[in-house]
Amino acid sequence: MITAGVDIGAGTTKAVLMDETGRVLAKLSQKSGARLDDAGSRVLAAVLERAGLRREDLAYVASTGYGRYQLPERDIQITEVTCHARGASHLFPATRCLLDIGAQSTRAVRVDERGRVMRFKMNDRCAAGAGRFLERVARALEVSLEDLGPMSLHASDPQAISSICAVLAESEVINLVTSGKATEDILMGAHLSIADRALALLRQVGADGEVTVTGGVVLNPGMVDALEKRLGKRVNASPDTVFAGAIGAALLGFVRLRKRGEAR
Amino acid sequence: MIVSGVDVGSTTSKAVVLDDRRQIVGTSLLPTGANVVRAAERAFREALTAAKCDESEAAYVIGTGYGRYKVSFGDDQVTEIGCHARGAHFLFPDTRTIVDIGGQDTKAIRINDRGEVLDFCMNDKCAAGTGRFLDACANVLGMSLEDIGPASLRSEKALRITNVCTVFVESEIISQLARGEKVEDILRGVHQAIASRTAGLVRRVGTNPAVTFTGGVSRNQGMVKSLEEKLGVPVHVSPLSQWMGALGAALIALERVEGGAVRRVAIGGAA
Repeated sequence: MITAGVDIGAGTTKAVLMDETGRVLAKLSQKSGARLDDAGSRVLAAVLERAGLRREDLAYVASTGYGRYQLPERDIQITEVTCHARGASHLFPATRCLLDIGAQSTRAVRVDERGRVMRFKMNDRCAAGAGRFLERVARALEVSLEDLGPMSLHASDPQAISSICAVLAESEVINLVTSGKATEDILMGAHLSIADRALALLRQVGADGEVTVTGGVVLNPGMVDALEKRLGKRVNASPDTVFAGAIGAALLGFVRLRKRGEAR
Repeated sequence: MIVSGVDVGSTTSKAVVLDDRRQIVGTSLLPTGANVVRAAERAFREALTAAKCDESEAAYVIGTGYGRYKVSFGDDQVTEIGCHARGAHFLFPDTRTIVDIGGQDTKAIRINDRGEVLDFCMNDKCAAGTGRFLDACANVLGMSLEDIGPASLRSEKALRITNVCTVFVESEIISQLARGEKVEDILRGVHQAIASRTAGLVRRVGTNPAVTFTGGVSRNQGMVKSLEEKLGVPVHVSPLSQWMGALGAALIALERVEGGAVRRVAIGGAA
């Protein structure tokens, strides 16, 4: 039996196919683009093709993320907080809190030993502390998103960015460039600024125990480094945690199937 | 004898030259750019040229705005809050509330019948509703900053825009366009969302009529209309609204001269 988890985010849409042992058969991440109502179906079809499977092979489809209501194929939609918690605990079983830094929102979630949500805090009103902040800084510095993190790791004198607002920070970055500061120092400053904002949210739910970072920023080594520096301990992060929401959705799909089976 | 006020903002620098009868004889406006000291000098020189005056005729110069301490040739610096208050009171003596929206911040100022500041509130932490915000909206729609206000007024059905964050509103506009919504309806929604937020700031100092709208964003007719709707009162907008801070600074400079103050500095050093 196979379930699909589709995480339709503001920046990218992630889909995973999972068998009943919890093994991921295929996964895929693509840009969501402007048509959010189209992104989920497109990525689900593509991941099925990659696995050599058809829609009929899926026992259950669970959607999550910002665009979770916009997937016609779904059997259920589940909030991203619940899915990320479940996915993070599946990938790192000792997870006690998770920080999900997406393109347009940041969430801090406290979970129990079974990956269930105990409490959470979220910022989705403002780009401060979210991935878009880094995109703006990258644009102002004319650095590609891929190079952003690795370059920041070469900083020798990180420059403090005092603006919280992503747009105002862009002006500040331009001023720093004009005053001759090194690109890598400005970049590290930008990463530390986001880390501070995100960790303020994490501390509100409690930052003790193992911290797992999910969302697109885990692919950025500069961001992981900045979070570890500011937190004073290592965090769990791997390329798989980008898919934490989709993995959690697929796992919760099995939970639903089992419940449905018992009810019959 | 002339005096001048030089308002160095985050986005544009403005200067006003006044004669001893409080007549505006010269103005200038240019982008501030990265070199703030030079922008201030150029604004002053251009206003002097417009007034057909020489620097030596200036009896007193006051710097104001975000870059006021970069006005190296200024005899004194006065906050933009004090200067906007003086300028607005001069042009519209019934002003009791000022809404100043510039390139990077928004201020609400309460003044008395003499143009003195009683209270103010400021948002400089977030770009929502500022010139930067409108610039981003114009960019994402491929329009000029001048056109988005008038376009919003052609809307018959404002869309509900949920974001006020500059970064997020860009994505929201793209999604609305993809859904086939009309540009003017999107823009009307954007202006309403921002005006509501601005009205919230104004309420913190009290919406006492008359309200005068100053700063670069007051040139946007869509913002003027939306703000009037959200505040529930008409607002004064002067064709000189972008120079309100510089005008106020020049008026204060003239008072200083009348009180016996003399010029002590000049461009590039001592007078």
